[in-house]
Amino acid sequence: MGSITLEHVNKTFGGHQVIPDVSLDIEDGEFVVFVGPSGCGKSTLLRLIAGLEDTTSGKIKLDSVDVTDKGPAHRGLAMVFQSYALYPHMTVRQNIAFPLKMANIDKAVADQKVADAARVLNLTDYLDRKPRALSGGQRQRVAIGRAIVRQPKAFLFDEPLSNLDAALRVNMRIEITELHQQLKTTMVYVTHDQVEAMTMADRIVVLNAGRVEQFGSPLELYKKPANRFVAGFIGSPKMNFFEGAAAGKYQADSVGVRPEHIRISREAGDMAGRVGVAEHLGSDTFLHVHVDGAGLQTVRTEGENDFQSGDQVWLTPDPARIYRFDRAGLAL
Amino acid sequence: MARAVSLQRKLTFTALAWLVAFLLFFPILWTILTSFKTEAEAIASPPVIIPNWTLENYFEVQDRADYFRHFANSVWISVGSTLIALLFAIPASWAMAFTPTPKTKDVLMWMLSTKMMPAVGVLVPMYLIFRDLGLLDTVWGLTVVLTLINLPIVIWMLYTYFKEIPVDILEAARMDGAILWKELVYILVPMAVPGIASTLLLNVILAWNEAFWTINLTASKAAPLTTFISSFSSPEGLFWAKLSAASTLAIAPILVLGWLSQKQLVRGLTFGAVK
Repeated sequence: MGSITLEHVNKTFGGHQVIPDVSLDIEDGEFVVFVGPSGCGKSTLLRLIAGLEDTTSGKIKLDSVDVTDKGPAHRGLAMVFQSYALYPHMTVRQNIAFPLKMANIDKAVADQKVADAARVLNLTDYLDRKPRALSGGQRQRVAIGRAIVRQPKAFLFDEPLSNLDAALRVNMRIEITELHQQLKTTMVYVTHDQVEAMTMADRIVVLNAGRVEQFGSPLELYKKPANRFVAGFIGSPKMNFFEGAAAGKYQADSVGVRPEHIRISREAGDMAGRVGVAEHLGSDTFLHVHVDGAGLQTVRTEGENDFQSGDQVWLTPDPARIYRFDRAGLAL
Repeated sequence: MARAVSLQRKLTFTALAWLVAFLLFFPILWTILTSFKTEAEAIASPPVIIPNWTLENYFEVQDRADYFRHFANSVWISVGSTLIALLFAIPASWAMAFTPTPKTKDVLMWMLSTKMMPAVGVLVPMYLIFRDLGLLDTVWGLTVVLTLINLPIVIWMLYTYFKEIPVDILEAARMDGAILWKELVYILVPMAVPGIASTLLLNVILAWNEAFWTINLTASKAAPLTTFISSFSSPEGLFWAKLSAASTLAIAPILVLGWLSQKQLVRGLTFGAVK
């Protein structure tokens, strides 16, 4: 079991409110991702759940038990840090066995569990090495091994992939997702990368300045963003926004349309523009178009095309995929 | 672009380094040489550089004062005070390095400021306190004094080393179920071993060489080697050869310790200076 409940959690650092009032229900076995820009409070929220920071007010419950006043050692949670935080003076085996040693688990049982975890994470051949003799990916696997070995109520991941190169990040992303499917244990994962959030999460919490902007499944966030912030944050490339007369046409203060929902043509359309930069990725082409009166807009087209910088083009947003927002930025 | 250092430049700097090292070492060398001279050779003018190599001074020094008892006292007070200081300093430095408060820097500065006060300023009250508590001329009394006077340096050194340890690692230990003392014993101390070792060595050396309190608060029973040396200097006039033999005997152990641990000391003292 590993449900996590936050009730009106509030965190203040020296008079500065970082987390104003957050309430969340994370169900047992769920993979929840906290996503948001730098400084939005996502790591602080994770550290509050971990017990590494004290809450200023509010309650944190694990499996309906109030753990707000319990230290991290007594919450039964495991955490994987951005820096891996391996113990440099211990071997891989000792690193993975450390939580078992702290729990006074019988050595024979501990050895077996370490061997099992090492097998799952392909670390068997490295058990007697020190962390400094491992690559970034291997170190991250050791950190995960240390987390899974004592079967915690939930795993907390604090931007665990941000120190890895792009290719390894994709591999580790898949490995962590598969691990979740295997273990079916609650996972709370912090990232600033919305692609990670979209690909890994059962549900995503979008945070902005400590506030929960929206909590829902990836596609729910993509299709029905609650406000302009979520609409702009979820989706890659970012959603295009129009204001003023272009938005007034749709009875809104601003409207948004995703790059993949704009049709581009050389002959006719709703808005005239000129291609600034054309990014040809092979599978997709991203065209950054300077639209008269609406600034730079991004268009995504599938596959290859022959649009080049300087081409005169016409853009037509898909009317069924236009997002309307009021003055406060809330979805209409 | 790195500039190639010419051979001449290298030789000049090497010669200069040797010269400075020799100047620093000369008083110790002269003391050792004098300890093997007769009293006449010791005061001869012009000075006798190569002695007749007599061990007479050493025998006489041992006959007149029990070197080994003083040596044992020095070991007791320097090692004892260092271990007790570490016992207090490790948790204190941990607290200041990892859970600092707005006043932490002030506390550190205050601790350091106690080292700026001349010791003689508190000699009388300290002497009276020691007399009333029956601590005069006891190794326990000296151990307490040396612990207290060196504690600020030990805390400062450990604080500097601990600051180099990423807090993530300690937090990871907490998440892994380590309570405070386990975090200190299994993670912090093993990771700070180079720093703790150099602090230990330096503090042993400082305590070993401390003369003001050891001479003023002891007479015979608890007298360490510093008192042993001073006993050869005043009452009977200056017997340079015997005094040198006593000094050589007193500094020899710490010189050997420093020599054996120089690698550790340098590593510890420069810990964190270069990433």
